[in-house]
Amino acid sequence: MALTAEEKRKYAQIAKELRMTIIDVMLWSGGAHVGGSLSIVEILTMLYFKHLNIDPKDPDNEDRDRFILSKGHAAAGYIPALAKRGYFPEEELKSFNHFRSPFAMHPDSKKIIGCDASAGSLGHGLSMAVGLGLAAKQLKKDWKTVCLMGDGECCEGSIWEAAMSAAHFKLGNVIGIVDRNKFMIDGTTEQVMALEPFADKWRSFGWKVLDIDGNDLDAVDEALTEAWKATDVPTLILANTIKGKGVSFMENKVMYHYASADSAICEQAKEEIMKGGE
Amino acid sequence: MAVITGTNWTAYDGATMTAREIYGRTLAHLAETNDKIVGMTADLEKTTAIKFFADKYPERFYNVGIAEQNMMGIAAGLAKAGLIPFVSTMAIFATMRAGEQVRTDIAYQNLPVKIIATHAGISFGHAGTTHHCTEDFAIMRAIPNMTVICPADGIETSRAVQACIDIPGPVYVRIGRGFEPPCYESPDYEYEIGKAITMREGTDFTIICCGIAVLQAMNAAKTLAENDGLSVRVINMHTIKPIDREAIVKAVMDTRRILTIEEHNIYGGLGDAVGSVIAESGKGCIFRKHGMQDIFSEIGYAEDLYAYYGFDANGIVDKVREMMGLEFEEDESWEDE
Repeated sequence: MALTAEEKRKYAQIAKELRMTIIDVMLWSGGAHVGGSLSIVEILTMLYFKHLNIDPKDPDNEDRDRFILSKGHAAAGYIPALAKRGYFPEEELKSFNHFRSPFAMHPDSKKIIGCDASAGSLGHGLSMAVGLGLAAKQLKKDWKTVCLMGDGECCEGSIWEAAMSAAHFKLGNVIGIVDRNKFMIDGTTEQVMALEPFADKWRSFGWKVLDIDGNDLDAVDEALTEAWKATDVPTLILANTIKGKGVSFMENKVMYHYASADSAICEQAKEEIMKGGE
Repeated sequence: MAVITGTNWTAYDGATMTAREIYGRTLAHLAETNDKIVGMTADLEKTTAIKFFADKYPERFYNVGIAEQNMMGIAAGLAKAGLIPFVSTMAIFATMRAGEQVRTDIAYQNLPVKIIATHAGISFGHAGTTHHCTEDFAIMRAIPNMTVICPADGIETSRAVQACIDIPGPVYVRIGRGFEPPCYESPDYEYEIGKAITMREGTDFTIICCGIAVLQAMNAAKTLAENDGLSVRVINMHTIKPIDREAIVKAVMDTRRILTIEEHNIYGGLGDAVGSVIAESGKGCIFRKHGMQDIFSEIGYAEDLYAYYGFDANGIVDKVREMMGLEFEEDESWEDE
């Protein structure tokens, strides 16, 4: 069922606020992977505010759904999402990257409440998701494991080891999402190391692929709803996104993969985000 | 087949079974009363003998194909859900092919994954150097949260496999190919992870060793007692990390001469762990490290290689005699400092 107009307004507002906090984090932390954090805002919003069965008051509940940010460098998007969902006060985000902060460029499951897996070294998350999927099956639990990967990350061979095994073990309870923003550090994915035909690669590895606009709340919602129904085939949501989404001068700019910015630039970015969609 | 009964478990005859076979059977036995145990391998269920577990508990066993990185990542995921994965492959692949997954997915998150690595050292000598592993102690010791164990034989492997379940974090247990002669006759002895075992008392000299070297050191000590009148202490340092500092310092004070023996490069392994404790003790000690002298091994059957590199009793006797001839050096500048 599609989102109602009211729901859409609600989630769009959350997404907008999350984008502004990402810009704040870029300022507070002295630099952040802003491009790949802005691109996944709609995905994080729909996961954390609708689809994931989680309770910030009971973060270790055994029956909760799990989420692994395999593209750990998008911590500047992920950690603020956890704060907004209520795992810890947003005020704490001001410590980002600073001495003894729980928050760094890449997330640490031992330090961040609500964070299911430490990640950052690319190509690791999907294997852990497969492990969690196998465990749920073995323990006869019906929770899901969602793993959000970067597209550039899919150069890593271990992603394909994991992809092969998820299909082999018939893990319908594992949902992969690829943030297909088409950029990596050194350029576009197709320049640096071509991924296309990307959807076909996943299909040939035994996954059901949902090819969507990853910055469209309706499309993300619909894809997650469908993925949640899977039984024995893993689902890959190929989320076509715009790197730096929401800030015109950051969109599709390689230099905003990781960047720092002064308060004037941050204000300008936030103003744009605020006006966005109006 | 003779069955040996331990305190609260059952193992099998160390004289007729390889260490890995004893491992597989022990794991299958432990799984009877612990439903959290799961097994994993990367296309080596027969080779690592985890098959004994797999045959009994197929619903708790995952063979991921030849994909060690994926295996370690999956193990981390299984452990996150409260299970206790026992992961088996050859030492070389466990520590190097999947080294970063072991470090980042398992050890960094302090997950109770038990890595039982076979074919370590030069035990698979005839496979060639791609399948040797004389660097694993160094790698695994350097990873925080990791416990590193090297049992002396099959019986001790069984003890280690049982004991490591109680360690809340990751454990690395390195065993050989399994055709090494047994060291222990019975599993009924005090075994505690992190606590060295004095196999033989001695007052003139101490050999601190692990793995296949323990039996050989015992034989060497016997020869040295009979032929040289030497009283040689033999310490089975089955846990490389955390190392038993007390046993080392006591050996320094009691014998002042220590030789370490390990089927590993002399850099970063047992010898360096013991040497650090000696240096930090501030006590005088004649100390040598016996191991692979920063070289890749020749090819050959393990027993030939052990003899060639002096890991057999004869080689050890030679090392001890050489060290008995060394004198403590007078350091004349000491008074000037």
